[in-house]
Amino acid sequence: MALEHADVLRAAHLARLGLSDADAAHYLEDLGRILEMVDQLQTLDTEGVAPLAHPLDATQRLRADEVTETDRRDHFQRCAPAVEQGLYLVPRVVE
Amino acid sequence: MHDKTLSELAAALTAGEFTSRELAEHLLARIERLDGHLNSLITVTTEQALAAADAADACRARGQAGPLTGLPLAIKDLLCTDGVRTTAGSRMLGNFVAPYDATVVEKLKAAGTVSLGKTNLDEFAMGSSNENSAFGAVKNPWDAAAVPGGSSGGSAAAVAAGLVPAAMGTDTGGSIRQPAAFCGITGLKPTYGRVSRYGIIAYASSLDQAGPMARTAEDCALLLNAIAGHDPRDSTSVARGVPDYTEELDAPLTGLKIGLPREYFGDGLDPEVEAATREAIRVFEALGASVREVSLPHTHYAIPAYYVIAPAEASSNLSRYDGVRFGHRCEAPTDLIDLYKRSRAEGFGEEVKRRILIGTHTLSEGFFDAYYKKAQQVRRLIRQDFLDAFEEVDVLMGPASPTPAFDLGAKKDPVSMYLQDIYTIAVNLAGIPGISVPAGFVKGRPVGLQILGTHFAEPRLLNVAHQFQQATDWHRRRPAIAEETL
Amino acid sequence: MQWETVIGLEVHVQLATRSKIFSGASTAFGAEPNTQACAVDLGMPGVLPVLNEAAVAMAVQFGLAIHAEIPEVSVFDRKNYFYPDLPKGYQTSQMYHPIVGPGEVEITLDDGGTKRIRVHHAHLEEDAGKSLHEDFHGMTGIDLNRAGTPLLEIVSEPDMRSAKEAAAYLKAIHSIVTYLGISDGNMAEGSMRCDVNVSVRPAGQAEFGTRAEIKNVNSFRFVERAIAFEVERQIELLEDGGTVVQETRLYDPERDETRSMRTKEEANDYRYFPCPDLLPVVLDQAYVDHLRDRLPELPDEKRARFQDALGLSAYDAGVLSASREMAEYFEAVKEACGDAKQAANWVQGELSGALNREGLPIQDSPVSAAQLGGLIARVMDDTINGKAAKQVFQALWNGQGQSADEVIEAKGLKQVTDSGAIEAMIDQVIADSPAQVAQYRDAEPDKRGKMIGYFVGQVMKASRGTANPQQVNALLKEKLDALC
Repeated sequence: MALEHADVLRAAHLARLGLSDADAAHYLEDLGRILEMVDQLQTLDTEGVAPLAHPLDATQRLRADEVTETDRRDHFQRCAPAVEQGLYLVPRVVE
Repeated sequence: MHDKTLSELAAALTAGEFTSRELAEHLLARIERLDGHLNSLITVTTEQALAAADAADACRARGQAGPLTGLPLAIKDLLCTDGVRTTAGSRMLGNFVAPYDATVVEKLKAAGTVSLGKTNLDEFAMGSSNENSAFGAVKNPWDAAAVPGGSSGGSAAAVAAGLVPAAMGTDTGGSIRQPAAFCGITGLKPTYGRVSRYGIIAYASSLDQAGPMARTAEDCALLLNAIAGHDPRDSTSVARGVPDYTEELDAPLTGLKIGLPREYFGDGLDPEVEAATREAIRVFEALGASVREVSLPHTHYAIPAYYVIAPAEASSNLSRYDGVRFGHRCEAPTDLIDLYKRSRAEGFGEEVKRRILIGTHTLSEGFFDAYYKKAQQVRRLIRQDFLDAFEEVDVLMGPASPTPAFDLGAKKDPVSMYLQDIYTIAVNLAGIPGISVPAGFVKGRPVGLQILGTHFAEPRLLNVAHQFQQATDWHRRRPAIAEETL
Repeated sequence: MQWETVIGLEVHVQLATRSKIFSGASTAFGAEPNTQACAVDLGMPGVLPVLNEAAVAMAVQFGLAIHAEIPEVSVFDRKNYFYPDLPKGYQTSQMYHPIVGPGEVEITLDDGGTKRIRVHHAHLEEDAGKSLHEDFHGMTGIDLNRAGTPLLEIVSEPDMRSAKEAAAYLKAIHSIVTYLGISDGNMAEGSMRCDVNVSVRPAGQAEFGTRAEIKNVNSFRFVERAIAFEVERQIELLEDGGTVVQETRLYDPERDETRSMRTKEEANDYRYFPCPDLLPVVLDQAYVDHLRDRLPELPDEKRARFQDALGLSAYDAGVLSASREMAEYFEAVKEACGDAKQAANWVQGELSGALNREGLPIQDSPVSAAQLGGLIARVMDDTINGKAAKQVFQALWNGQGQSADEVIEAKGLKQVTDSGAIEAMIDQVIADSPAQVAQYRDAEPDKRGKMIGYFVGQVMKASRGTANPQQVNALLKEKLDALC
């Protein structure tokens, strides 16, 4: 499955990674080689094989519905780049 | 003091030969003097270390010392440490002071260990050479021209250089075992789910697992005793009893059935590495084990499957670094998209971006079945290969890496770097445990023997590795830098 | 041309758990910003989710209530997109293997008939935080208290054919979740939110038309109005030779219109994949059976019982079972007075009238069910008459007295049934009304019946309303006729 310049730009946009055209050309080459390597998978017949999401076929444990956390806002916001009145600030969101 | 193993240090502390504080001070002085050259640590936590050492000495004075009380170690900078900078080797988290301790860190603290600092790594644990760190490459203590391996390169180098007797690493595709091999130390990747992932900055959630890196299998067992176990905060951690991993260390290997995967001795394996590996296996035969060839037929699909699953999970796991709540934020963003795109472009390094792009692409509409689903099907086949093999043999053995440590800057092409992990990656896909032990040298660079067992076979692996270390002295060899006295 | 409207609803219900779906932070509404966002909710590096048992139980209870299949295995997926109120850059949801499979909900139509609306599935997911658009130097503020609150998203089939049906369906969902106690159903606080898919097609056409999705329609009334507007817009567009574009629209209640959310010009690609931090949820039959055994009586069952066992009309049964609070109040009144029909009449008459006037929900009624039941009991045992009963009700409403008996006593409203006392009052009225008595006497016998009303009124006035009206009537007739 050949990769095109537009695919790289599209993935970069979906992943919100700023990429110049020159960057994209550079990544196109790398990604193309990686996908070529990955494409070996297509040579294997996996008809009827169930996908394996986790190495141990374990199931989800459930947590009791209890409030165990206390307010640690100040502690958590110490590493925040922009905060005011307890809110995280971002450039205006247009709806 | 710095050439002793954890268990030797524990005995010396018990005997009162020196205090935890003296030990910590000695190692901190070594770090100060030697690590400028090696670059194995990103952050040295002198103050916290001395406080913890004093607390450990006080604990010992009260007669309450446990097996790890007062023992120094270092922690891969992928594990969150409360109040201590936790960078993941990334510019993105260059100033991130974690607000909590990872469960593993909590357990190590509770056991009385003394952390001296946070070790260097490939950014977000993505790499096999430690060259992808935003904090600079790490040098191999055996040869400054060589890489220490990755991603836990800093942990491996620090132990090999005698800066710490042990360190915590994480292993997603070989990141404990390969650097352990490259640096001539012992590194254990436990069964997936054996050790809590809570507080370990996620790379690929279904593959990541933390484990000990030390000089000996015995030390790895001591550390695994402290960190293994079910964590209610990690849904993927296994609710299963934790044995005493030191208990079976001394069991004889008579009757042990060793399998040599045909695929691990084929094209691409350095002949001298192969020779060293086969020589090591002869040691086991001398110890009473039998050896036969087995096959893991899907081995060659492991790297392709891994490079679908790991980047897919990573692309999603790394979306939280958006410049809003923590981490790098670009200057004066003009709008939301600009905030995201520039913060992430500036914060992430090249290999991380590569994997985010690959993962994003393979999960995109129209590609999911061909890539992700296919890779998960292959993953089942790979696991089945191992389960079938363990029907016939107790452990599998082979080289940890096809070559000894390569030169810094030698692997410019990402795919050739990825292919380095051919012997380690399938183990993570299958979720089984693996250990790498020192097994010789090629041109002055260490060679690692990898031993694999079935799920939860850690006691057996540690036993096998320990018996090997009773019969050989590769693990006692030290690079010149470790012999240096202050 | 005749047009047919086709509507499907996606209802998001916040589940009434104490803690969040994947963390131990509180879900309480109205806290200071970000004080209920813990490390997990903030998506701090290294944190992991663990699933809340109560969220699972509530989702399954909903499934059982709508007679849905409960699959043995359900799986959480990640829905990847960037938005400031979504801390991890993905929402943990269930795309391919939801916890609740196909089911159905019965709605009652205006003509009293019923219709079954199929539910395609319901899945668990986490809520996002909130963006606050007050001006912070041209910035938006993000509050993540709501992030991680469990949501059950209930997705209907496109089975509704009018705005009224859609509103009835939404009410039915509301009543099921509140009956189950799995949500407070408070639409004003966002505990229940609704996206509406609307399309129109020429009557008789089999294929669906192109649909528009109207986001976040957050009251029963707005659902009807948003659909009405949207249907009219689409029909006008089509009749003018235009085409409907598949898009997301926003309902603006102030202007009473829907408008295109033009910002989302790019196609989304959510890159769903199974969340590797969570394992498949496996529900064994014993667990599901246990939850089934604990299901409360549901609205449909209650309505049927009100009709069949209590003998209420279909209409009364429908109104009284519409909400859990209404039904509980009614049943408590019935218990206290012992008569379902009287209880129904009072709850729907005097009480509902007063509540509507003051705009109060029944759970905030100043008159308790026990008080109302006590009052009805006093009417039924003839302690007070109907007129006095209204006075007692008013007094209880105003907080003048703890019980009907106390008010009756205090105000002296006890009905006078002593015929001697009533006769004395009648004699006085007759003596005081010579002109009216003369008119009565002179009237044709068949006209006298109407004229007696004046005398009854005077006697009741003299008794301050406490005389038994039937007795007054009978005795008056006797005495007046004796004068003729």
